[in-house]
Amino acid sequence: MKNLGWTIVLGLAALAAVLAAAFGQDQLYQTHAWILAGVTAIGAIIMLRQVGVAGEGPGDKTGYMDDPIRYGVILTTFWGVVGFLVGVVAALQLAFPELNIEPYLNFGRVRPLHTSAVIFAFGGTALITSSLYVVQRTCQTRVLSDNLTWFVFWGYQLFIVLAATGYLLGSTQGREYAEPEWYVDLWLTIVWVGYLVLFMGTLIKRKEPHIYVANWFYLAFIFTIALLHVVNNLSMPVSLLGSKSYSAFAGVQDALTQWWYGHNAVGFFLTAGFLGMMYYFMPKQANRPVYSYRLSIIHFWSLIFMYIWAGPHHLHYTALPDWAQTLGMVFSIMLWMPSWGGMINGLMTLSGAWDKIRTDPIIRMMVIAVAFYGMSTFEGPMMSIKAVNGLSHYTDWTIGHVHSGALGWVGMISFGMVYFLVPRLWNRKQLYSLRMVNWHFWLATLGIVVYAAVMWVSGITQGLMWREYDAEGFLVYSFAESVAALKPYYILRAIGGAMYLAGGLVMAYNVWMTIKGKTRDEKPIVVAHAASAQPAE
Amino acid sequence: MSDKKEIDDISGVETTGHEWDGIKELNNPLPRWWLWTFYGTVAWAIVYVILFPAIPLLNGATPGILGYSSRGELAKEVAAADEAKAEFVTKIEATDVTEILGDSDLTRFAVQGGKSAYKVYCSQCHGAGAEGASGYPNLNDDDWLWGGTVDEIYTTIAHGVRYEADDDTRASEMPAFGDILETADIRATADFVASLSGIEHDAAHVETGKAVYEENCASCHGDSGEGIRELGAPKLNDALWLYGGTVDEIATQIAKPKHGMMPAWQARLGDATVKQLAIYVHSLGGGE
Repeated sequence: MKNLGWTIVLGLAALAAVLAAAFGQDQLYQTHAWILAGVTAIGAIIMLRQVGVAGEGPGDKTGYMDDPIRYGVILTTFWGVVGFLVGVVAALQLAFPELNIEPYLNFGRVRPLHTSAVIFAFGGTALITSSLYVVQRTCQTRVLSDNLTWFVFWGYQLFIVLAATGYLLGSTQGREYAEPEWYVDLWLTIVWVGYLVLFMGTLIKRKEPHIYVANWFYLAFIFTIALLHVVNNLSMPVSLLGSKSYSAFAGVQDALTQWWYGHNAVGFFLTAGFLGMMYYFMPKQANRPVYSYRLSIIHFWSLIFMYIWAGPHHLHYTALPDWAQTLGMVFSIMLWMPSWGGMINGLMTLSGAWDKIRTDPIIRMMVIAVAFYGMSTFEGPMMSIKAVNGLSHYTDWTIGHVHSGALGWVGMISFGMVYFLVPRLWNRKQLYSLRMVNWHFWLATLGIVVYAAVMWVSGITQGLMWREYDAEGFLVYSFAESVAALKPYYILRAIGGAMYLAGGLVMAYNVWMTIKGKTRDEKPIVVAHAASAQPAE
Repeated sequence: MSDKKEIDDISGVETTGHEWDGIKELNNPLPRWWLWTFYGTVAWAIVYVILFPAIPLLNGATPGILGYSSRGELAKEVAAADEAKAEFVTKIEATDVTEILGDSDLTRFAVQGGKSAYKVYCSQCHGAGAEGASGYPNLNDDDWLWGGTVDEIYTTIAHGVRYEADDDTRASEMPAFGDILETADIRATADFVASLSGIEHDAAHVETGKAVYEENCASCHGDSGEGIRELGAPKLNDALWLYGGTVDEIATQIAKPKHGMMPAWQARLGDATVKQLAIYVHSLGGGE
């Protein structure tokens, strides 16, 4: 019996979880243990019955392990839609406070649910999925171990479920982007080390003499996230049967550890990881060589070296010593060109294939992703300058900046990846509808533009109101007045987010229909060259 | 992968000869503008590091040749701001709050300063426009619990209301008549009180209510409900109600009175700011 080992392991895990639930010292811990028991029990039953839900693909013929990748593409789409939906809810809660439903759905719990759903559920699943696809193809080899792959894949999904339920139940250690408590952190550490072993092992058994640049970025992402996660979450649990823990650091050291982690979550999760994705899917979709090998080497190493020092720019004008603020700022400035190296290599890869921006909505999606990447990696260093930061910090400008990166870069490049993979993984000739990809492109792009522009205006309004002095030298506005002034922007922001969500739903439908093997009856997207060649006069 | 370098047809650039899953790489050089901008940021960083505190050492860090420190800058800015206001603030400290009103420049400054401080410390309870809320008095009208002259307002702000930590705090406490009177009598009293300002009430109860009122309430609230400020007993014959002006709400307040509390601000904000706050509140329209 093929799955006997897994069945026993999951069954024992379920038993342990039931015991933890029975002896847990607080409600949160007990609830999480019950969830764990449920998930592992269901897993054990599935293993026992050996049910294959993913459907069959061409994977067997290629010799690559594509089953988890098929699940991953579906889950990426699912978590994307969930993350965007929760984001729209959070945006509406800010505009209309009546929508805060106590206690489970108040803003304080919905907000980390949104950030983690987008970064870790959507982004993380997209990265794990794409990295496993890319590393196998570019190394011409199957993953190191099938069992380890399944463990990493479902283990990570379990982390997502524990984190998400924890937020809603009120479990938090109060560290931004690292809110889950100690036992969830420990579980992620195990999964992540498994991922590192899996990825490195697959690289080591490659059949190619060189390692492709996408894999450098993926490896840097996996390795550094392991380091960041472990250090940032160092803490002492109050009890092995309770959910509460206390950080190993205190005061400004704690704050700096938090932002060293927080900024590098952006740097290594949302930048390096997704650059890996870009470096594979963009040349593949454009069918053009990567623009410059030398640039990829230089910008990879400079990016990796610079990013890790930039975290202190989140703590300008705080108790953090001046020297640390200075270093955070100058490293952020020096990071500008290393970041743009990826943009250049992505965009210039299209040289000789620029016409595809008109004819191929998937390429268009990837190009806009790289464009937003370039925009936000210019904006970031600019905002790290102390004089600019004095205006932008603690305002919606920061929120806008994060979203032009997350919606524009991370979202769009992941959508491109999904559209690229779905027909190939399910052995379909084409997507259900390319015109719907085009709709998704415009909904998402306009949504981001509305979102980012509105947040600039609202952030700068906020920043200026907070520092407005009258002729006698007194502050003009109270904090509450600045909040009241932002209401129209908060409503517009929710509209931008809703457009982006609508695009995500269009994608989900398109992916679903493609998997079912349907093709939409529609006119092809072809721009007649004769017509566009006419002079405009 | 083949180690065969080739020339890309479209760009005319040589490839590196590597190939992964069909992906090749061109051997383009680093764009010059990219490289020089990168060098430029590095050079700028080095200059900045020399000018400002930057390199951590065993004890402290390099101070930078500009001698900058963010705490020092803050102290300088605060000192400059204090300096700019010093003339007026010193005058305000030395002047009795009633006399400030006689000096138009000083009053203008005090109103601005009071407005700014009000927004930070007072607006949470009394509202951004000082319009008040249930349990928190409106400061724009001429209905004052503890007096509406600038001096009385000053005393109220300085020492607070029912604020135990301050010995000079304003204090008053209405007994809970729910423990003393019959429910029907309380109801009748509420109807009588409502009748004083023409609020909708049951006229049949007014006679009984009047009798109860005169025996139990008039000593503090006055024979005709005009209120007595020295006792902090509110006026009952106008349309302004701290805890609601329906008969039901009045009856509830008689049976089990709510008592608001306001902190004493003198110790926290200093005399000059409290004086400015008093002038500002006085200027809102109801000052006497």
